[in-house]
Amino acid sequence: MEQLKTIGRELAMGSQGGFGQSKEFLDLVKSIGEARSKAEEDRIVLREIETLKRRLLEPDIPKRKMKEYIIRLLYVEMLGHDASFGYIHAVKMTHDDALPLKRTGYLAVTLFLSDDHDLIILIVNTIQKDLRSDNYLVVCAALNAVCKLINDETIPAVLPQVVELLGHSKEAVRKKAVMALHRFYQKSPGAVSHLVSNFRKRLCDNDPGVMGASLCPLFDLVTIDAKSYKDLVSSFVSILKQVAERRLPKSYDYHQMPAPFIQVKLLKILALLGSGDKQASESMYTVLGDIIRKSDSSTNIGNAVLYECICCVASIHPNPKLLESAADVIAKFLKSDSHNLKYMGIDALGRLIKLSPQIAEQHQLAVIDCLEDPDDTLKRKTFELLYKMTKSSNVEVIVDRMVDYMISISDDHYKTYIASRCVELAEQFAPSNHWFIQTMNKVFEHAGDLVNIKVAHNLMRLIAEGFGEDDDATDSQLRSSAVESYLRIIGEPKLPSMFLQVICWVLGEYGTADGKHSASYISGKLCDIAEAYSNDETVKAYAISALMKIYAFEVAAGRKVDMLPECQSFIEELLASHSTDLQQRAYELQAVVGLDAQAVQAILPRDTRCEEIEVDKDLSFLNGYVDQAIEKGAQPYIAEDERNGMGNVSNLRSQDQHESIQHGLRFEAYELPKPPMQSKVDPVSSTDVVPVPEALSYRETHPISSVGSTSEAGSSELKLRLDGVQKKWGRPTYSTPTSSTTNSPSEKPANGASHVDSATASYSKSRDSQNTKKTEIDPEKQKLAASLFGGSSQPERRSSTGHKASRSSGGAADGSRGSKAVEKTIQQPPPPDLLDFSDEPTVTSALPSVDPFKQLEGLLDSSMSSTTNHNAGTATIAPDIMSLYGDSTASQDSLDIFHGLSTEPTGATSGETTVTTLPQSVKGPNAKDALEKDALVRQMGVNPTSQNPNLFRDLLG
Amino acid sequence: MIRAVLVMNTQGRPRITKFYEFWPVEKQHEAIRNVFSVLCSRAEHVSNFVDAESIFGPDSRLVYKHFATLYFVFIFDSSENELAMLDLIQVFVETLDKCFRNVCELDIVFNYSKIHAILDEIIFGGQVLETSSTEVMKAVEEITKLEAASNAINLVSKSVSNWRSR
Repeated sequence: MEQLKTIGRELAMGSQGGFGQSKEFLDLVKSIGEARSKAEEDRIVLREIETLKRRLLEPDIPKRKMKEYIIRLLYVEMLGHDASFGYIHAVKMTHDDALPLKRTGYLAVTLFLSDDHDLIILIVNTIQKDLRSDNYLVVCAALNAVCKLINDETIPAVLPQVVELLGHSKEAVRKKAVMALHRFYQKSPGAVSHLVSNFRKRLCDNDPGVMGASLCPLFDLVTIDAKSYKDLVSSFVSILKQVAERRLPKSYDYHQMPAPFIQVKLLKILALLGSGDKQASESMYTVLGDIIRKSDSSTNIGNAVLYECICCVASIHPNPKLLESAADVIAKFLKSDSHNLKYMGIDALGRLIKLSPQIAEQHQLAVIDCLEDPDDTLKRKTFELLYKMTKSSNVEVIVDRMVDYMISISDDHYKTYIASRCVELAEQFAPSNHWFIQTMNKVFEHAGDLVNIKVAHNLMRLIAEGFGEDDDATDSQLRSSAVESYLRIIGEPKLPSMFLQVICWVLGEYGTADGKHSASYISGKLCDIAEAYSNDETVKAYAISALMKIYAFEVAAGRKVDMLPECQSFIEELLASHSTDLQQRAYELQAVVGLDAQAVQAILPRDTRCEEIEVDKDLSFLNGYVDQAIEKGAQPYIAEDERNGMGNVSNLRSQDQHESIQHGLRFEAYELPKPPMQSKVDPVSSTDVVPVPEALSYRETHPISSVGSTSEAGSSELKLRLDGVQKKWGRPTYSTPTSSTTNSPSEKPANGASHVDSATASYSKSRDSQNTKKTEIDPEKQKLAASLFGGSSQPERRSSTGHKASRSSGGAADGSRGSKAVEKTIQQPPPPDLLDFSDEPTVTSALPSVDPFKQLEGLLDSSMSSTTNHNAGTATIAPDIMSLYGDSTASQDSLDIFHGLSTEPTGATSGETTVTTLPQSVKGPNAKDALEKDALVRQMGVNPTSQNPNLFRDLLG
Repeated sequence: MIRAVLVMNTQGRPRITKFYEFWPVEKQHEAIRNVFSVLCSRAEHVSNFVDAESIFGPDSRLVYKHFATLYFVFIFDSSENELAMLDLIQVFVETLDKCFRNVCELDIVFNYSKIHAILDEIIFGGQVLETSSTEVMKAVEEITKLEAASNAINLVSKSVSNWRSR
């Protein structure tokens, strides 16, 4: 019926020619609509592709027709077919002068092409031209294309124009220019890092839309580095306050909420800025309280703002009153009938629970309801919450619930995820060994091959070492309960390979340990496994190794080994296996069984899993042989570094790599013509008598930019710009890798030639930490049981693992070697990094080279904040004048930086003043209105002394 | 940021697809299929949010809304608010409705470039640009007017030149 209606309507439209499309297109859409199967649809589309190919080859296609062809191409590609033969026509269409065609062309290329497509090079020129167009719609279309098509290589080509557009008279263009610059920042932060201050400046734009747009990049910037934006807290708060007080034009209202999307973004930013910062948080309390009180919880968007408030309250320095009202809102969410709100409520609860664990208790029933809900999304969110509130008292219930759900779903992605969660919780909070083994069995049985292999290894190690308690009885009890459970499970059909590996290993190691089961019984079971899963070589390998251990234990105990016939045949099969690994294992088994008891005991001693095996990494036992060879006239070994030439070659190389990671090699080529341009800019700006404030402020940012990028090692940009300075700045950056490596002694050897010692140390250390991983569970548990009654947050867990690793390893490894390794661990404080460094020297150099930049930034910070204070005091100077002043002295290199710095905060402070008067500036030049507003602003105590530039403009205008 | 906007009908046919990061055509298509299979298996009166990490990679969320014969789907990351996205869909649909008076699936099929123009006014480069449907309408109408004007100029100039050459 639907189809019929569709066709009827379509015919009606077709006869009117309402859409201006040809009959062909209508027919296409109709036939696709009627297609009964995917195959039929594909046939139709393929025919369409043939038609289009033919048509596009025709000479002199009328432009109108061409536009339709392009749309049809888009349609074809949307249905999943390749339309690349027509890309070039779309590119050609962007060159057209007629606006509709140009827009269609741009639309097509943005949908067709990736940012590294070969054809992009043909468009860049057009984009450059269009960005300069008088017609703002052309500019908008070009900006749109810029967002999608420009990559880090082509950014320099359009960057100047986009920056210029930030000062365009149309707010729609300014808005889009901000977004485009943001996109550049996302794609290649290095290329536009010197322009970041523009986002701050746009925050003070007269148009609230542009201000809203600038919040997006600022959010990203704050996410990366909240510290350098602390000075904006008061601006953000005051903007939010004004928005919430409905001081924006009515057109920004949405469902009676004042600019809710701007509120949401601001709240997100404030949450980041206020996190862990008491002072900043305190300035937010009032406005947050106001919004929570005022927000309309009957509309969707009102709830969105409320939810964002809760997130903010949960993230900033806690305030009991706000937490209380947040809890009330959550209660409202959870009680609502809407699944969406329940979802948000559960999510919000998860955020708040870290701060006030008791709040979950009020909502127990609601949470249980959500858990029972048929809606998968809600269920998963609830599991997320449960994961956060798990403690040893409720772990059994929660993990059982999770396992049940895991069994019931078929989505592998989520299954993997929830399985890892179960394992994590079980390891963390297991109340008893028995329960732990049972849970792990269930997880392995149902999600076996999805689980990370490390989990399996962890489990084996746990069974081998027990929970680290001293009494052996518990450990052996754990082992025999594991063996029992595995013997029971073996019978089940189709067990996952990973689980079987664990089973084989445990049976081999402990199957006969408690004397309950005879060697022949266990070996029979092992052969059964190998036979049932004869396609799986890994399982077979585990099985044969297990067999070898069992027989070895028998031999060592002095008992006679009588092999079962099926074992015999299994071994024979493997002796002739195609896999060399299996063959070798089989031969080894044969050889071991043939030896006498003493030899076997030496080869495979019983219950030595926990002992450290120290690997002699520099092969010192060969030293004698090497010396002999050298005496006989052999060439001594030259380390790889030395063979390559100088010691710092590796440094240089890593430097290169670092650079290439930062931005593509071709970037340098683009930057070459820059020096003359740059040298021009300064004189021009100083001779410019009365420049437009925006343009001026753009130039001012150059000094800042150069400071910022100088500190960034290897940024070729400023190398080219500041010719004279380059060497001074350049040197240290090159040497940074070495200088900073010396900071931590443990890293140094990584670059040097003779570092084998410490490498072994770190190696054995890493082994150590691996080994101890599962033993740390126990102290963890004790601690959690004792203290962590409330929701256990992850950071806490992690930090405890850090220092506990060394302690528990001391307890676990009782051999002298073990304790030696532990000592080494203690000497080297940052354990995980070490391994990385010794493995990949490139990382070593990449990391420290960031450091100087950070430090410089810190410097900038302090000077900035101080200048801010200064400016705040003398805020009577209009920002324009201030910036003029800053610019006139800009020609002096050293002063340059300071002025760049000082002007920037001015922008921020002036931003406040501008923003406070937003409504009036939008409403237009109504002098009386403006005066009233200004008086109001003064009354409110916002910047009482500052002169409002807009006010004057209004009066004069 | 917003990763993608998808509009598909209840039979799983894509009507509008826009990815704000580049995705190869085959992957786009696969993602659309996966999204559709998830959406059509969902019951009525459940939440409008779906876990999309298995389809679109880590840190991706999906919000959808069902109107008549169409699913409107937005995919985005954690920097956006789910409820707000739901309202953004509302804004989009409201604007379409204002534009076409009782918008239906066919309007979307036949006005491909106009729909994209509307979408571009609402979402720009993956960020929310404008949320007031009146503002969007204004912008789109201006585009249409100027487009028509430039068409007319072309026509006039052509006819004039024809007339002159005669």
